[in-house]
Amino acid sequence: MIRPILHRVAQAVLVALMVGVLTFALMRSLPGDMAWRVAAGRYGYDITDAAVMEQVRHSLALDQPAALALLSWFGDLLRLDLGVSLISELPVVDEIAHQLGASVTLALTALLLSVLIGPPLGVLAGLRPGGGLDRALFALSITLRALPQFVIGLLLIYGLAIVFGLLPASGHGEAGHVVLPALTLAIGLAAVSSRVARDATVAVTSSGYYRFGETKGLRPLENFLRHGLRNIAVPIVTYLGVQLVYLIEGVVVVETLFAWPGIGHALVHAILARDVPMIQGTALVMGLMFVLLNAGVDVVCGGLDPRRRAS
Amino acid sequence: MTAFQRLRFGAALGVCLAAALITSPTVRAATAGKPDDRALTIVARWELKNADPSVNGYAFTRMEVAETLVDADGNGTPKPGLAEGWEASADGRTWRFRLRPGVSFHDGTALTADHVVTALNHARAKPGSLSKAPIQAITADNGAVVIQLAEPFSPLLSFLADSASQILAPASYDDKGNVTQVIGTGPYRVAEFKPPQHLVVTRYDSYWGGPASIAKATYLATHRSETRTVMVESGDAQIVFNLDPASVQRLSRNPKLTVQAVPIPRVISVKVNAGHPLLSDLRARQALSLAIDRTGIAVGILRQPETAATQLFPPSLGAWHTPGLPPLTQNVDRAKALLAEMGWKPGSDGVLEKDGKRLRLTLRTYPDRPELPPVATALADQWRAIGVDVSIAIGHFSDILSGHQDGSLELGLIARSLAVAPDPLGTLMQDFGPKGGDWGAMNWSNPALTEAIDRILRSQQAEESAAAKRTVGTILHQELPVIPVVWYTQTAAVSKTLKGFEIDPFERSYLLSRLRWVE
Repeated sequence: MIRPILHRVAQAVLVALMVGVLTFALMRSLPGDMAWRVAAGRYGYDITDAAVMEQVRHSLALDQPAALALLSWFGDLLRLDLGVSLISELPVVDEIAHQLGASVTLALTALLLSVLIGPPLGVLAGLRPGGGLDRALFALSITLRALPQFVIGLLLIYGLAIVFGLLPASGHGEAGHVVLPALTLAIGLAAVSSRVARDATVAVTSSGYYRFGETKGLRPLENFLRHGLRNIAVPIVTYLGVQLVYLIEGVVVVETLFAWPGIGHALVHAILARDVPMIQGTALVMGLMFVLLNAGVDVVCGGLDPRRRAS
Repeated sequence: MTAFQRLRFGAALGVCLAAALITSPTVRAATAGKPDDRALTIVARWELKNADPSVNGYAFTRMEVAETLVDADGNGTPKPGLAEGWEASADGRTWRFRLRPGVSFHDGTALTADHVVTALNHARAKPGSLSKAPIQAITADNGAVVIQLAEPFSPLLSFLADSASQILAPASYDDKGNVTQVIGTGPYRVAEFKPPQHLVVTRYDSYWGGPASIAKATYLATHRSETRTVMVESGDAQIVFNLDPASVQRLSRNPKLTVQAVPIPRVISVKVNAGHPLLSDLRARQALSLAIDRTGIAVGILRQPETAATQLFPPSLGAWHTPGLPPLTQNVDRAKALLAEMGWKPGSDGVLEKDGKRLRLTLRTYPDRPELPPVATALADQWRAIGVDVSIAIGHFSDILSGHQDGSLELGLIARSLAVAPDPLGTLMQDFGPKGGDWGAMNWSNPALTEAIDRILRSQQAEESAAAKRTVGTILHQELPVIPVVWYTQTAAVSKTLKGFEIDPFERSYLLSRLRWVE
């Protein structure tokens, strides 16, 4: 039990080192003067000029050697301090808490909705491969997967918010605001997770052990619950684990469409404005989330599949 | 197979329940309320950054949280703000501002001259208009605020009306002089500030001008104009700004909404490197200007025909707009003739050549204003028609500024605000000074223009100042250090549940305190 934990901790430390050095080196090696970008990100196009840029360069000591800035970032990190954003001058940790927090809320809600929609339908389709539901679901999942999230989002806004007025179209701050963006993401996810569930179901129900269960006289539902469900769950959980990370970092389009304050959007702005501490902090937190999530998926899959624990 | 049927039924029921739950009307019930405490939502594209007035001050003056010593009316003319009046000394170097009595900050502190002095000195130390004024000292004297200038400076009042010069309570600043929270004097106080998107304000009942009608308002920043459009259509927002042209047409047909459009002092223009061997010749700049189909761009891209620029200053800028100037128009033949006069001859593919060199230029622009890249494409096409081969480089707006500094810029397509402070003089000093400006002239200056700007700066007489303004307009029009293309219009869609809505052409305020809910 100790070894896997140590393994993950070592992985986390490695991730922190790599992310810190790589993001720093990449941001510093981008073409263009960093002071211009920071001044522009802070003051916008109406105020920024050469004088403002020089003021920013001076006040942020951007002309100091790069190695010194990197060392001081690691020094702060040891004290669990992620530093201050060059643009907003607010603590990076607060910005991440607000924006990554919003992204995680959205991602988890989307995941929950997709679990309610995708796998149950997929399992039903897989129990009767080639049946009406299976074929209909196949067509639907291909169509939904082929539609950009932007289009799904607009269709949902148009239907549920404008025509029927059931839900707020966009925004952030009230409980109802999360539903439409989450549903947009959930539909895309469910389109795939229903296929994963369907294929897993077909594989399990056509396996020898499942047939044996039927032969030994178990009723179909009993057989499904005892021998089917767990085996089907393993690939679905693995798939969802990967999707969650993808959701957290890759939903910029949905976030901007629904005016949701997410980390994807924040990261794009931070990169444009060369907000190095913000980028380093965000990349670090996301990298650690990857490690944590993988560990979580391992634990859940181990719980579902005793053979994994043995190995 | 009954078990399967049960399972299938159960799963179907689960899906239905989930769908019912997420589309339940109870989710929305929380937003409704009594008419009086209904909250107003305003959506625009500008993201919030922090509480620093030099960075984000405009958000707090627009939401009427913070106020300035001097205010401005819809024409940009100074009017009393937190100062109820002012006097300038005969030499124009000492200004004395009398404070309005009975003003309190949102934390209950009464406004004093010392508070104003502190706030203005903080503002001077940061980027913004005030840092460019020749101020020697700001002091409190017997309840009044006295500003001592090194030389007469007519735009002082306008600079004091800049949102970066807002007056905040002492508790707003930390020990380093940075603003950590905005405690202003306006009719609304900050209830919640969550950058980059959210600012919630509530009515300040002890406001010196009397309490506002709307109790609570939310500002939401969202980048996509489609999102803003659906928000006002669905009733999630009552006021949305910066509509895209297609949405203007659609929302105008919506019976629940009114669409307003007001010209604002911002102009899309081509910044020209007049030190470039080709562009230093006035005829080349004239040819580029004559090739532009401004009406085509205004109609085809902005879909607002009246925005085609006839000169740099739009008519809404009062004395700066010079009525007698011949309007900038398209004349392709004349443009070709000017270039031919300079010795350029069409090559085999129609691109002009001289001494074996092709006429090639690069136009830099940026996507922060989404209309700029399509305007750049249209310009390149129109210039190609007179034989000038222009390639477009879309990058960061700072590439234009750094290109000015290192001399590598040839042409830059920019959207320049002529009035960051309500008086354009601040912008003109910066853009057309003796050494040019990052956002204005490049390798170009004109002693008569410098002298005219100087005269306006020192002038205390409206007539003398107006004559000098006409001189400025005329020189810029004839010399074309920047080539104006189109002016801007601010658009907004407003729910008919509100009355009293107006767009401030100087974008200083959303004028929330004038709004009321329709009974």
